[in-house]
Amino acid sequence: MKQHKNQFMDIARRLNESRPATLGAIIILLLCLMAVFAPQLSPNNPNTACLDDRLISPFTVSEYPLGTDHLGRCVLSRLLYGARISLMVGIIVVGISGAIGITLGIVSGYYGGVIDAVIMRFVDATLSFPSIFLAVTIAGLLGRGLPSVIIALIVVDWTAYARISRGSVLSLKEKEFVESARSLGASDRYIMIRHILPNIIGPVIVIGTLGMAYVILSAASLSFLGFGPQPPTPEWGAMLNAGRMYMRTEPHLTIIPGLAIMVMVLAFNLLGDGLRDILDPRKTVIE
Amino acid sequence: MSLLEIIDLKTHFPTPNGLVKAVDTIDMKVEKKETFGLIGETGCGKSVLGHSIMRLIQSEIVMDGRIIYKGKNLLEKSEAEMRNIRGEEIAMILQNPTTSLNPVLKVGEQIAEAIRLHQHLNRKDAKQKAIEMLDAVRIPSSSQRSDEYPHEFSGGMKQRVMIAMGLACDPALIIADEPTKGLDVTIKIQIVELMKEITAPKAMLLITHDLGVAAEMCDRIALMYAGELVEYASVIEMFGNPLHPYTRGFLDSLPVKGLVPIPGMSPSLIDLPVGCRFHPRCNHVMEICRQKHPEMTEVKDGHFVRCFHASS
Repeated sequence: MKQHKNQFMDIARRLNESRPATLGAIIILLLCLMAVFAPQLSPNNPNTACLDDRLISPFTVSEYPLGTDHLGRCVLSRLLYGARISLMVGIIVVGISGAIGITLGIVSGYYGGVIDAVIMRFVDATLSFPSIFLAVTIAGLLGRGLPSVIIALIVVDWTAYARISRGSVLSLKEKEFVESARSLGASDRYIMIRHILPNIIGPVIVIGTLGMAYVILSAASLSFLGFGPQPPTPEWGAMLNAGRMYMRTEPHLTIIPGLAIMVMVLAFNLLGDGLRDILDPRKTVIE
Repeated sequence: MSLLEIIDLKTHFPTPNGLVKAVDTIDMKVEKKETFGLIGETGCGKSVLGHSIMRLIQSEIVMDGRIIYKGKNLLEKSEAEMRNIRGEEIAMILQNPTTSLNPVLKVGEQIAEAIRLHQHLNRKDAKQKAIEMLDAVRIPSSSQRSDEYPHEFSGGMKQRVMIAMGLACDPALIIADEPTKGLDVTIKIQIVELMKEITAPKAMLLITHDLGVAAEMCDRIALMYAGELVEYASVIEMFGNPLHPYTRGFLDSLPVKGLVPIPGMSPSLIDLPVGCRFHPRCNHVMEICRQKHPEMTEVKDGHFVRCFHASS
């Protein structure tokens, strides 16, 4: 474990030298805290409708700091709870599609031949659809709700990890340390897990971080289109959609969730770009 | 019984341009505790021979013949059985220590893993054993260095680590493929001394093109040319009384002998000359050399040569 600690310390130190990445990391940290402490931070229950307090503008009533929506629900509370959903979807989708993609990518690159051809044709087929349409189709087929959004995004997202891992494995498997491990009696599975996997973690972390941004944005898009969690669940994309009708009179109902999505996506992109500079595969994989 | 006996071994690579006969009809024996040198110029097939014994060649190959290790034919073993032999029975020390260590794993872990592949030790004991191995290859402050990554080691130190990994499971036979390649002269001497000492109780097949290293370490030497052995004898015979014109040419091309090159080029392993494979470059060529392929003949006790001129 000490090894990982050292690696993370090193990454943290170098991240600190990159301003945008540091900013991204801080914003993500704050968003995570917001999500975790949503019950404590929220001034009101996010799902309690109070029709007497409909469509209050922000910064006018102290009870509702960011105003209320068309059903009189507190926008700030819904925003805080919404962060939970966005982050959860991002983590679940990136985690599962990363695990699937890395596994299939390593197997594909390592064995080559027929296995590689089959897996990569699968990837090509997935990539030949515009991803959001594919996600919409799958979400539509599975019915509305958060689980179908998650499944739809995993189906689209795993290919990125598979491609990156396969590409790295193709060069790694020719390395002499793989031959060296084999000459010591290591099996294929052992070589893949113990020798190849640690070498591709760098590029995968970058793709994963940038992937978080993409997944959060896509999840919000699907919710905006009505495939996501159903009312009254506070979801940023769905809030945006609900606020659409009142855009002229109460623009805060679209601006606030829109800004929230933008800030979260931007933060992950900033961090991802910073990590890419630090974990450049050319610097880490090969000395 | 010899520890390792290779009978009529062929390793051929099918390519679009034809069959590359990298190893072609090799017969040789390695006895227990002996150091057997396999020398030859680049591209003669000596590394392929080393890898063939371990069955480590990944690309498509045609292998024929027998590799008898401790009475069992390795070519008939399953891949799972070979995995148990690799590292535990026969270990390999590869050339290029810089790229043969995984850059993201600690040196101590890599040695410990080599041990854990074959011995049921827990992590702590394996690590302790790895530190002992680092001590055995004379790496100072071994317990501290075992927690360092390969890039923190110099080339000579990395080669020591490679030796430690190879010896970690106490194999009976070591195949060392150019262990001194790319090392400074001073470091090379240290590595040769270390290997001589540490591998004394074991059999070793030393693959090298460095005659100095071979002379220093080996008991017997075989010279390989264009996929086959052309001469083998004890070190003293080989250097004192070389018989094959290629062996003589090889020895004369050493700097101390005045850097006399052998005229011509090694033949392509796809399109080998008819008759003796060395005849186009030989200055003792006779009519028979162009027509018949010479067999290995014992001209003196334990001194074999594949040459009509030398054996007549």
